[in-house]
Amino acid sequence: MEYRIEVEDLNVYFDELHILKDINLKIPKNAVTSLIGPSGCGKSTFIRTLNRMNDMISTFKMDGTVLLDGEDIYNPKVDVVELRKKVGMVFQKPNPFPKSIFDNVAYGLRVHGINDKDFLAQKVEESLKEAALWDEVKNILDKSAMGLSGGQQQRLCIARTIAVEPEVILMDEPCSALDPISTTKIEDLIHKLKKDFTIIIVTHNMQQATRVSKHTAFFLHGEIVESGLTEKIFIEPEDKRTEDYITGRFG
Amino acid sequence: MPKWDEEFFIEKGLLLTAVSSIIIIALIILFVFKEGIPAIESTGFFSFLFGMDWAPTKGEYGIFPMIIGTLGITVLSLLMAVPLGVFCAIFLAEIAPSAMRKVLNPTIQTLAGIPSVVYGFFGLVLLVPFMRLQFGGTGFSMFTASVILTVMILPIIVSVSEDAFRSIPLEYKEASLALGATHWQTIKNVIFPAAIPGVITSVILGMGRAIGETLAIIMVAGNVVQIPSSIFDPVRALTSNIAIEMGYATGIHYNALFATGIVLIFMIIVLLVIANYLHYKKKVTMGGGYL
Repeated sequence: MEYRIEVEDLNVYFDELHILKDINLKIPKNAVTSLIGPSGCGKSTFIRTLNRMNDMISTFKMDGTVLLDGEDIYNPKVDVVELRKKVGMVFQKPNPFPKSIFDNVAYGLRVHGINDKDFLAQKVEESLKEAALWDEVKNILDKSAMGLSGGQQQRLCIARTIAVEPEVILMDEPCSALDPISTTKIEDLIHKLKKDFTIIIVTHNMQQATRVSKHTAFFLHGEIVESGLTEKIFIEPEDKRTEDYITGRFG
Repeated sequence: MPKWDEEFFIEKGLLLTAVSSIIIIALIILFVFKEGIPAIESTGFFSFLFGMDWAPTKGEYGIFPMIIGTLGITVLSLLMAVPLGVFCAIFLAEIAPSAMRKVLNPTIQTLAGIPSVVYGFFGLVLLVPFMRLQFGGTGFSMFTASVILTVMILPIIVSVSEDAFRSIPLEYKEASLALGATHWQTIKNVIFPAAIPGVITSVILGMGRAIGETLAIIMVAGNVVQIPSSIFDPVRALTSNIAIEMGYATGIHYNALFATGIVLIFMIIVLLVIANYLHYKKKVTMGGGYL
């Protein structure tokens, strides 16, 4: 199997707090990997380590290696801007910019220096179509993104992310603020996107993990208890704690 | 039948204090109008506002040169203070490490607490001779007054704009960075546009302070009633006019000073209305609006 991301002996600290402990995980290429586990177990911190969003936090410290296509993303020579172009992120709360729908999708391209109008228009249309939002917004592209529903906003955020053509998309509980119908749409979208992108999704919803992902890793107290094929983890977990968690005995 | 208990007295007491502060302001404004309107009536509305000559001994009361003086000083000082203040606010909100902010913020706040007479004295002793050497003339000028005012309004602009930058949700910043934007691109394309209403509010508050400032301006502006032909000419502001002549004015002259006050009150009210409107608009844009 081909891996896009390989994490080796990763430890993360905020000040003295040891958040992630000896994490080893390989993320397969062009597939969906779910990260499950109770609140505060370090899932979000983990995916924010993969696009170096934790760099924003002054108390952040880490050791170990995170390889993207074989290259260490924490190497001092790495350009963080380039890295984030390759590793996109969709957040828990839909967070479109208070700009028009068009400008939201074009934002990433523009900051990377693309200003050709025809190209932008074509790329915005493609991205919105890929995010299954085009039909709903094609006549209101110049209207504010803040006027869309929560589910539409989240699909807009996905469109915005795929417009810059990343290799990996990190999703931090992308459906937790959405209703069931919007959630279904996002899940359908994830199925469609996995052909072209490597997707890592943090979720609290165990059914969601079984529905969307091929691989799953179970986090507990900053450690990975078990990881592997989703079917195996949910049907015959090796660790007692995994079994307790997925059967709803805690968490 | 009301109950005469503690609750009743506290509620009525609070109502009384609220009402009395409103009544005090209303009475002052009423008094200013009562004393000022006779001058406008006898001079005529247009010849008062747009008259070029202020000669109380000849019975001429035209305040146009002083309106120009006030606006000139205000605009010049804003031209200097707004870029300085807004960039300083961006630096404090986005870039400065917290240790530096802990030093810079109180320093800037201290600038706001220095009495205006101290600024004026500083300007008189240091700035006026400096201007005389550099640009000729007496050194008392519209420009000198603007420089002093710039320092005086800077704290308002910095602190209100900084709040505006800080109030932009972290999610916008994260979204922009996650798309591969640099920190500066994020500031320029997301944080600054979203903070514009707050920045404009800060500018208007600074403008209000500039229009109302009296003492420091009297000490360095030269106070000549004329339309300046350059920024290095002396000018008189509306506020200065009242303060300089109130000691000896009688009759219509006395009324004309109050009428000058009416003009100032109107200028400030207009600014406050704009500031409040923008504040309201900011809330609307954050909720469901559009930049």
